[in-house]
Amino acid sequence: MSGSDLLISYSDEQAMLHETATNLLAKRCTFEALRQWMETPEGYSQELWRETAELGWLGIAIPEAYGGYGLGAPELVSVMEPMGRYLYPSPFLASTLGAQLLLWAGTEDQKRSWLPDIAKGQILITVALMEADGSWEPHHVKDRAIPLGDGYELTGTKHFVLDGQNTDLLIAAFDLQGELSLFLLEPHEVSKLKKDPENLIDLSRRSCRICFDGLKVPGSALMTRDALHPLRKLHRLAWVLLSAEMAGGAEGVFQLTLDYLKVRTQFGRPIGGFQALKHPIVNIMIAIENARALVYHSATVFDGPEKEAETAARMAKAHTSDTYAYAVNRAIQFHGAIGYTWECNAHLFFRRAQWAQYAFGDAIHHRRHLAELLLD
Amino acid sequence: MFVQETPELREFRAEVANWLRENKPRPPKFRLPMSFLEVGTDEQFQYLRDWQQKLYEAGYLGMAWPREYGGYGKPQIYQDIANEEMAKARVPFVINVIGLSWAGPAVLRMGTEKQKRRYIKKILTAEEIWCQGFSEPDYGSDLASLKTTARREGDRYIINGHKIWTTLATYAKHMILLARTDPEAPKYRGLSFFLCPMDLPGIEIRPITKMTGELGFNEVIFDDVSIPADTLVGQEGQGWLVAVTTLAYERGAIGGQAGGHPSQILTASDVVELAREARRDGRPAIEDPLIRDELVKFLIMERTIELNRKRLYIEKLLTPGRPQVLRFMSKLFHSEYIQGLSELAVRIQGAYAGLFAGDPCALADGIWQRSYMNSFGFTIGGGTSEIQRNILGERILGLAKG
Ligand SMILES: Cc1cc2nc3c(=O)[nH]c(=O)nc-3n(C[C@H](O)[C@H](O)[C@H](O)COP(=O)(O)OP(=O)(O)OC[C@H]3O[C@@H](n4cnc5c(N)ncnc54)[C@H](O)[C@@H]3O)c2cc1C
Repeated sequence: MSGSDLLISYSDEQAMLHETATNLLAKRCTFEALRQWMETPEGYSQELWRETAELGWLGIAIPEAYGGYGLGAPELVSVMEPMGRYLYPSPFLASTLGAQLLLWAGTEDQKRSWLPDIAKGQILITVALMEADGSWEPHHVKDRAIPLGDGYELTGTKHFVLDGQNTDLLIAAFDLQGELSLFLLEPHEVSKLKKDPENLIDLSRRSCRICFDGLKVPGSALMTRDALHPLRKLHRLAWVLLSAEMAGGAEGVFQLTLDYLKVRTQFGRPIGGFQALKHPIVNIMIAIENARALVYHSATVFDGPEKEAETAARMAKAHTSDTYAYAVNRAIQFHGAIGYTWECNAHLFFRRAQWAQYAFGDAIHHRRHLAELLLD
Repeated sequence: MFVQETPELREFRAEVANWLRENKPRPPKFRLPMSFLEVGTDEQFQYLRDWQQKLYEAGYLGMAWPREYGGYGKPQIYQDIANEEMAKARVPFVINVIGLSWAGPAVLRMGTEKQKRRYIKKILTAEEIWCQGFSEPDYGSDLASLKTTARREGDRYIINGHKIWTTLATYAKHMILLARTDPEAPKYRGLSFFLCPMDLPGIEIRPITKMTGELGFNEVIFDDVSIPADTLVGQEGQGWLVAVTTLAYERGAIGGQAGGHPSQILTASDVVELAREARRDGRPAIEDPLIRDELVKFLIMERTIELNRKRLYIEKLLTPGRPQVLRFMSKLFHSEYIQGLSELAVRIQGAYAGLFAGDPCALADGIWQRSYMNSFGFTIGGGTSEIQRNILGERILGLAKG
């Protein structure tokens, strides 16, 4: 029972971070700016990135011993939600996932060498976990690492590597003599890799395919040969963070649509008076309220007993995926033809939703796992 | 800002749980209805009234209502905890729901001192049952157009008209009555709100049979019924305002209810258990991937309802711009959730789904078939789901009226 009776909480730090992020991003992530950043190869504003680094966002969940603030999932969620709300594009997700994986599975040397610079936002890190088969399961890793002299030779191709084209450091998963292992690749190695940018539906996001053509790395690159537990936890973190981002995004597109329902008139009255639009938008609002409850719940119990944490995170990812998907679908339809244009901002949310709901497992995938957790 | 219970509250929770364990009444020989809306026999009525009285005497109803009128004068959190434990223990529902959850709070908020002293305590003890005379045959969702009249004559009002769907009218001592005092005024301004005695000459009550075959609601016909003028709540002509506030209590859009639950407690976990027992197409229903997916959806919704209840205490975590929405949406979401859950529970039964309560082979004694039918009481009564969506869209989101 202990700990598990606290289902949902909200600290002063969370409230403060949420407010700061909301104020900053509402001001800076104008649709005009977003459209400019979209056109660049890196996909985000380095200037705004540096500002968020100065605010300490990149060090939120990095322990003080490594130059961060020693906070956790609840505080990350509190900035992720506004990031989704204002469509903030950046390597924040990649960097946070990379940093936490380094923290949970890296050697002391690796952590000391890199975490302080990651916390300052000066070094970018990401994770390369998925392969061509598209499996969302953390242990489905087939690419191989082979011992070679003092080091290892890495072969295979990773897919969907978030911000792979932007990154300095890379953590990649390989099968090493039957053991699920992680390797940390340093900037000079990362720069040798062949990276194919992926053409994503989400124009504000960057990812790539990375080919390891027998890349040789030193023995010190090995992080762990026992990666299952940290990888499971990493996936869990990704569900929670993406859920927060999607809950925020759903709110953003909901507000965009709501505004339109008030200003657009047909048949001599605002279209929001038509129940075929009014009732679905109310359903979306209710779904968003439920999404926020699940997101903050999943963050509250993140470090608690594993089954509870996993259940909460999967529930959040399943529900927010469906919510965001529904909200963007109705957003396009309720704008009429203008909603179907490049010029209308609805598709920026639509694209984000289409990407995020399928990242790290969609609603069907998570409900299937939930069924195993809760029914068997 | 954390919803963590103090040691004192934990102790209180344990105390309630313990009391409920020891005092939970034995299931009766007859079948109890699923909710207060379908109480149709005297033995059901007596059993439920006795239970409510016992709960009150133990101190677990009206905990946050003022002492001077019969409440226990404690902070609301005590009642909330008692409610949670009552649900957990699955004790019977309370019978006097209309009094406890909306007529009573309305009187406490808008009634005169004399009215509070006269009515409140007997609501809590279930000595006096309340009913609600709002709907009429021609005016349901469009309540404000109702036609029943109240004509002032000295210190009396004379009531004439036809109310319908009046739950518990046959057992009620009083009715919250909405009637038109000024037929000339615009529809919202001509109404007045009364606490009408039910044992007067000229009142005729005709029970109506529900689709389940159960009783519970009635027609109530007023033929020159004379009631004292001091039964008026608020001013003459302010009845709509009083009614809207009363409806807000009914829907849980504002807090202040005396406590207890209005219907048998059914959970998504119950349906999971059912899915383990039930066989579809010759195989355990729980092995069917589509059923599994549906079950998980309802488990998520159930968790969400619980989380949102907790979230009410965390002011900063309410959504900016619409902090009141969690309460306003609760009736709609909950009633539709129960309807969906009950429908799923029936679907899970496969070939057995068609058996009704009373058949020896009916699963869980047909409770889910009953629950599915009875669930419409909550998606229609108290303002339909469609009207709730209108209210949310217009009042909370500021959309144009439809
Ligand atoms: C079990 C039960 C118990 C009840 N107990 C009581 C009681 O004790 N006292 C009491 O006063 N009343 C009671 N009611 C009545 C209840 O409040 C009304 O049934 C309800 O307000 C709907 O009115 P109606 O039945 O006349 O339906 P109508 O208003 O005729 O509605 C018919 C359909 O049209 C839809 N509709 C109507 N207007 C709109 C609109 N503007 N936009 C979109 N859709 C619309 C409705 O949602 C519904 O689907 C009870 C009802 C039930 C089912």
